[in-house]
Amino acid sequence: MATEPGPGTAPGPATDPRPTLAVWKFASCDGCQLTLLDCEDELLALAARVRIDHFLEMTPAEGADGERASSYGRGPYDLSLVEGSITTAEDAERIQHVRRISRCLVTIGACATAGGIQALRNFADVEDFLAAVYAQPEYVATLETSTPISAHVPVDFELRGCPIDRRQLLEVVTAHLAGRKPRIPGHSVCYECKRRGTTCVTVAHGTPCLGPVTHAGCGAICPAYGRGCYGCFGPTSRPNLRSMVAQLRHDGMSEQDIQRVFHTFNAASPEHAPVPDLAAEEQDSSRA
Amino acid sequence: MNDRGTRVLRLDALARVEGEASLHLRVDGGTVTGTRLRIYEPPRFFEAFLTGRGHTEPPDITARICGICPVAYQMSACRAVEDACGVTVDGPLAELRRLLYCGEWIESHTLHIYLLHAPDFLGRADVVELARDQRAAVERGLRTKQTGNAILEQLGGRPIHPVNVRVGGFYRTPAADELRSLAERLRQAREDALETVRWVAAFDFPDAVCDHDLFALRAPGHYAIDSGTPAVMTVHGPGPALREFPLSRFERHVRQGQVPHSTALTATLDDRRYLTGPLARYAINGRWLHPVAAEAARDAGLGEPGTAVCRNPFRSIVVRAVEVVQAVEEALRIIDAYEQPPRPAVEVPPRQGAGVGATEAPRGLLYHRYALAADGTLTEARIVAPTAQNQTAIEEDVRRAVQARLDTPGPAADDEELTHLCERAIRNHDPCISCAAHFLSLTVERA
Repeated sequence: MATEPGPGTAPGPATDPRPTLAVWKFASCDGCQLTLLDCEDELLALAARVRIDHFLEMTPAEGADGERASSYGRGPYDLSLVEGSITTAEDAERIQHVRRISRCLVTIGACATAGGIQALRNFADVEDFLAAVYAQPEYVATLETSTPISAHVPVDFELRGCPIDRRQLLEVVTAHLAGRKPRIPGHSVCYECKRRGTTCVTVAHGTPCLGPVTHAGCGAICPAYGRGCYGCFGPTSRPNLRSMVAQLRHDGMSEQDIQRVFHTFNAASPEHAPVPDLAAEEQDSSRA
Repeated sequence: MNDRGTRVLRLDALARVEGEASLHLRVDGGTVTGTRLRIYEPPRFFEAFLTGRGHTEPPDITARICGICPVAYQMSACRAVEDACGVTVDGPLAELRRLLYCGEWIESHTLHIYLLHAPDFLGRADVVELARDQRAAVERGLRTKQTGNAILEQLGGRPIHPVNVRVGGFYRTPAADELRSLAERLRQAREDALETVRWVAAFDFPDAVCDHDLFALRAPGHYAIDSGTPAVMTVHGPGPALREFPLSRFERHVRQGQVPHSTALTATLDDRRYLTGPLARYAINGRWLHPVAAEAARDAGLGEPGTAVCRNPFRSIVVRAVEVVQAVEEALRIIDAYEQPPRPAVEVPPRQGAGVGATEAPRGLLYHRYALAADGTLTEARIVAPTAQNQTAIEEDVRRAVQARLDTPGPAADDEELTHLCERAIRNHDPCISCAAHFLSLTVERA
């Protein structure tokens, strides 16, 4: 890591060799950008390596002239981290602006990568949701869908998780600084469980677990705490849903529970939807 | 600059707060005539998502409302479901829940004190700039924050959206010796937290007095965190008066309304403006602070805990620092007395009915109510978050701060100074705007 700039030596953009970083928020809980502030051991070292130009949760200043930041930064930025999904017409415009002023755009978390929990609206009538929640829905502007960033602009890399993992975030930023691809494995949670030495909760206890079809990255936390994976990192690239659903039924989950467990934090991921309706298929095949 | 005419000031994006909001301020002839905190955070419809879900699901789902205080949502959700099902979780499991919550208080308060709020008092743009000349202080803050996160990681699996919380208790409880390393870190954190109180107590505080009613849970014998009875301290009349009401009557007292300029609701308590959070907790629960925290509060000039009421919102950072000491002491007490319970959770069989739960999130009282069908399916959900409750008080504090500045003789304030003042007045309350936007209640007040 480079040394800290000393007091009063904050270099201006013209002389500052550090790449610039921006963090953006769309519809989300702030948890993924908070992950950056949770890098307690690395935060100051990171701030020495990159110039954090736009990060509303942390700083009002933008650029070396100290001008206030707004929801629309000025840019250009070498690396933009984008949290949250697109749920309003204004945000659909704003993400275009963010793309234009970003050399590299990385989504952080399930909302930005897969539409997030707010994508549950995609399977309902948003007017009903508005009426159910708001006394005066006319005050609230919202789109009928919650969509990932990649549905609107080209994305250079997607980091999964609800929330993202701190170590993976540091890997993405470090890889960017080194000009290489981030080393983020695409295998399932099962690999992490094995590596951690955790006894398989399904094999040992018959606990329903989405580990076989869920993207690695969390470190297989849930099985280590005695519960089945609930899929917060979203699907692996080619999940075998047919086998997974059969196993979940075998482990005692009802059809309704199976549908619900896939329809939560990554509901709009195409690899997890639609969950095959095995009961209906079996009925069809027995008729045939 | 001329304060005599009409000035309109717009802050398009508030910085160093969680979530997204803007402020619209109007000054007519030297008088502030309008302050509108506009929360433009997109709505996320959590209450609609919860309907139709199983009774074991709210802790995981509601955690996603807020990345900064997920434990608060998990704890209020668990209490509401358990209340509906007629189950009480007590003994070591309740103590472990409180330990987890202490972790969140330490993490969230320290984040606010060092990374979001202190730069205001020290004239720095952000924590990175602050670290250039106060490196040791910032490192102390990061170390304390990390200890809060270590509790969350050990007990919850991870700091953001912990996985180990379930209705009825936990999936897995730690053995006593697993908590020992936390105790070592907490003893260091106690020294750091006391140093933090001394650090913030020496800041310069603008003169300000708020007359909002104060609202917090009250749990005689404890500084309320994870349970208690709603209590209101009013200031009007001959002197401060305290009254309580059962949690089951919460929605009869707290009424929410919608305003055109915001996706968050505003609330009144018995038709009056009120404030929840550290200032309210300190006024209502001060006498139950641990001796070390009480002494720190006295030394910091907050007055005698239990009788003194701090009404200067700019001093909320001092109360927050005292609450970090309290959370550290409480965590140490729980770990010292801890014995692993025989089972990680009690059974919570579903039944038809409704239940309520409230706990003290770092920013203030967080209320949940669920109605369950006989099989446990949620048929209705209502959540009232602290920032939505505080919104009117925040706007009033902004108005007073700006008016006080306009009334000060000498050079007139320019827009930059007023902007900074408004932001400070808002940050005093650590508003969690992501939370505020998600809960828009069904309570309708129509003319």
